[in-house]
Parts: sequence; structure tokens; C-alpha cells
Amino acid sequence: MSPLRALLALAAIGAAPVAAQTGRPAPAVLTVFAAASLTDAFEELGALFQRGHPGITVRFNFAGSQQLAAQLEHGASADVFASADQRWMAEVQRQGLPAGEPVIFAHNRLVVVLPAENPARIERLEDLARPGLKLVLAADAVPAGRYSREVLRRLSRRPGFASDYERRALANVVSEEENVKGVVAKVQLGEADAGLVYRSDVTPGIARRLRVLDIPAAANIVASYPIVALAASGHPAAARAFVELARGPDARAILAKHGLMPPPAAP
Amino acid sequence: MGIGYRLLLGLGVAGLFLLLGLPLAAVATRVPPSELLARMGDPMLVEALRLSLVTSAAATALVVVLGLPVAYLLATRAFPGKRLLEVLIDLPMVLPPTVAGFALLLAFGRNSLAGRSLALLGLSIPFTTLAVVLAQAFIAAPFFISATRAGLSEVDPRYLDAAATLRASPAHTLLRVMLPLAFPSMLAGAAMTWARALGEFGATITFAGNLPGVTQTMPLAVYIALQRDVDAAVAMSVLLLALSVGILLSIRLAPSWFGLLDRARARRR
Repeated sequence: MSPLRALLALAAIGAAPVAAQTGRPAPAVLTVFAAASLTDAFEELGALFQRGHPGITVRFNFAGSQQLAAQLEHGASADVFASADQRWMAEVQRQGLPAGEPVIFAHNRLVVVLPAENPARIERLEDLARPGLKLVLAADAVPAGRYSREVLRRLSRRPGFASDYERRALANVVSEEENVKGVVAKVQLGEADAGLVYRSDVTPGIARRLRVLDIPAAANIVASYPIVALAASGHPAAARAFVELARGPDARAILAKHGLMPPPAAP
Repeated sequence: MGIGYRLLLGLGVAGLFLLLGLPLAAVATRVPPSELLARMGDPMLVEALRLSLVTSAAATALVVVLGLPVAYLLATRAFPGKRLLEVLIDLPMVLPPTVAGFALLLAFGRNSLAGRSLALLGLSIPFTTLAVVLAQAFIAAPFFISATRAGLSEVDPRYLDAAATLRASPAHTLLRVMLPLAFPSMLAGAAMTWARALGEFGATITFAGNLPGVTQTMPLAVYIALQRDVDAAVAMSVLLLALSVGILLSIRLAPSWFGLLDRARARRR
């Protein structure tokens, strides 16, 4: 193990005190590592799970999927992993950590958000290419940033959009935020005229501060969220039950309420 | 010296080394030197380094210009609210930088009073290089002010009395007596401010955002690179580390350098 990896491992242990301290105590604690974008939906799902499974407490560790994958890789103990990105689930699979095949339980898509006052008077997606406008994106190193650029590229090929739409919109970028929540913050504060974020980032708490422009499905990106029970789990049955709950009918309403799209219902 | 006492000292030193030395050594040795050297030409690094040097120098200059009068007042005068002013000046050192950046946004952002006035002139501060300089100056100012204040306070009052008996004006005394005597402290304070400005991250990304060539300083570039190419992040970290060590080492060595200078001067007389 290289020194940096050792340090990352230490950081991972520090970030998962719940898992580190509990071990296998009498009141069962189910530790769920979940992508930050799932925070609100999973808090609610966790409460639902606890009602159905008395004696089990669900604890969450919400962080960027790449961070969670690194923590798991370095030995953080968890029962369930839910990723915002198939890439990081694949990474965890490569390490042989899951107890089965991951399943897709939710989809997310991008939207354009504007401050409620809409200072730049943006009415249509075409307006994002108007010179002088302040557009904020996630950095292209993070999944949301990569998706945002792909959406702009796809839009510039659509009828009604100028062929240099992508170039002109990118010229309006005043900041490449280090995560998608940074984009939400800059728009919410009214410092940026527009930003591209996940639909699920427009949480009920901040919806009144934002205006949302939908992106047509044909040009949009669909991010898939896989979930899996982990092999190292001390409560394999409870871990499987949580995964089943997340992909089941009760979760659909909760996910939808938080801007996530459940996958098409099973036939 | 008792064995227990020595053991305690040894434990302290070893513990601190583990906490401070090991992580730094880990970063410095993660990538072989030849690979590091090859990465020094990376456009992202060069652009971020250039921006970092320009903004941190500008922030230091701003802090010196605005901080010197404040340090002088604090060192030489008693006035109501002095304690409060001292707390205000020290605050950026303990405030989470993200809070500082947020405060700057609320004060100078587009929807603030200042922001709306500036907008009438067609100016806007967030997302500009100026915002980076302001964020760095906000965070790094206490270092210069407290060092300079200490330096000015330590000037032997007998020199000031002598100047007064020679009918030197207060301005003359400040320029020709106090500032030269406090100069080493001022220089050390300015260097600390520079080093802190160079490392500023939280206030910058909150207030100025992150755009290569405009607001993406070295610490921001490191953070972004870490999500894509760890070795690029390491190369930038090592460079930043070397710069900081250089600055801090110069501060430590400066007093002996000044001492040599003084002795040489005395010999010439």
C-alpha cells in the first residue's frame, strides 16, 4: 500500500465512525453508504425501513460516490452501497465487495436552474448561448459536469438551436464548481444567471428560490443509480431487505417526490 | 532530566511528526521526481501557478497598504473599542474559510448593496480575479497586522523619546525610526500573509468560483485534479509545498540575515 493510499484508508475509517464503532452490537445497526444526491430520499426510505424492521437502526454515510467507493475499498465496513454512477459501482465490484449483482433502482436527469428572480430573463434553453450571461457548471471531472457538457453538445445538434450553441454557452461559463451542490448554491444566491444540475438537486426546501427549465428527453442524460448489499455485511438479511425496499413499490413514490425517476415498473 | 520527562518529550515529538511530517512526506514521495519534473509543464499547472503568484502578491500588497495604519494605531494608541477591533482582525484566522467566502458574497455579491451600486458602473466582483484577491486578503490579513503590530510595539520607547527631543514630527519618527526598526517583523508578517494567501481555498471557491485562468488558483486546481488524475494533483501539491516551505524557511532565516547585515554595517562605521 502506498503512503497516500494508507492515508486515504485512514480518512475512510475516520469518515465511517458509525461502522467502525458498532462492530456487531446487540441493537442491529444497518450502515448504508449512499451517494450525496440520495440524501433526502434515503432519509425517508430509512425511516420507512425502520418501521418495517423493529430493532434495526439504519445509519447513513452520504458522500460523493467516488469517495464512498474509496472508503469501501480501504476497508470501511458497510452493509449496503448505493452509487450515483455505474462507474463507481463497477469499481466496488472489481474489488469483489458486493454480495450479488447490483440493481438499478433510480434514474436522474439534468435540468437548467435559474434564480427565482431570473435576472437574465432566460425563458428558453436557447437563451443560454446569449453573450454576457453567467452560466455555472460542475467541473468536467465530476459526473454532473461531464453530463452537462454532453447535454449542451446534444442540444446544439437539435433543430432550432444554432450549430455553435455549445461553444457560445460554454463561453458564458463563469465557474466550474467542484461539485453539483456548488452550482445549486451559486444559482440559489442569485450570483449566477443559470446552472445545470440534477433534477433531484431541486429539493423541496429550495424549490421556491429556483426556476427550472426542463431539457427535452432526447437531448438529456439519464444517470442510473445502482444499489447492492455488501458481502462483508454483519446483517445480510437486513441488507438484502433494504435493497428490496429501495427497488420496490413503496420506494417509487419517495424517489419521485425527491426528483428521482424510478425505473419502469416490472411487468 | 528524569527518564519519564524525556519519554514524554519524545512521545510529543514523535506524535507531532506522525501527524504533520508523515502526510507531507507521503505527498512528496508519492510520484518519482522525474515524473514530477515532466508534469511541471502541464498547462493546467502553469496557468494555476501564474494566477496564484499574481493574486497572492496582489493580496499581500493590499493587506500591507490597508493593514499598516491599523497595526500602527493598535501599537501606539489606546482608544475605545480597541479590543473589539482586535477580535475583528483575528476573526478570519479562526473562521471557516467557506463562511468567509459566503460573507464576502453577501457583502459584495450581485444582490448586495455594494454589488448593486457596482452594477450601475457595469462592474461585478464574484467570479473575477479581483474576487480571488479579496478572498485571499480577507483570510490572510491577520498575519501581517499582528506581526507588524508586535514589531512596532517592541520599538524601545527611548528611541521615540530621543526623536521627540530632537523635535521630529510623529510622521518623521514613524518613517525614520519606527518602520526601520520594525521592518524585520513587517517582512515576516508580509511573508506569512503571502504564504497563507497562496494556500487559500475555501473562501476563493465560494466567493470567486473556479475557472481556469481567471479564478482557478493552485489549491483549487489541486482539488479538481484530485477527482481526475491523482498524479497531476500530487505534482501541484509538491510545488505548492515547496513554495510554502521556501517562504516559511526564509522567514526563519531572515533574522540571522538581518543580524549579519547589521554587523557588517557596524564594522563599516
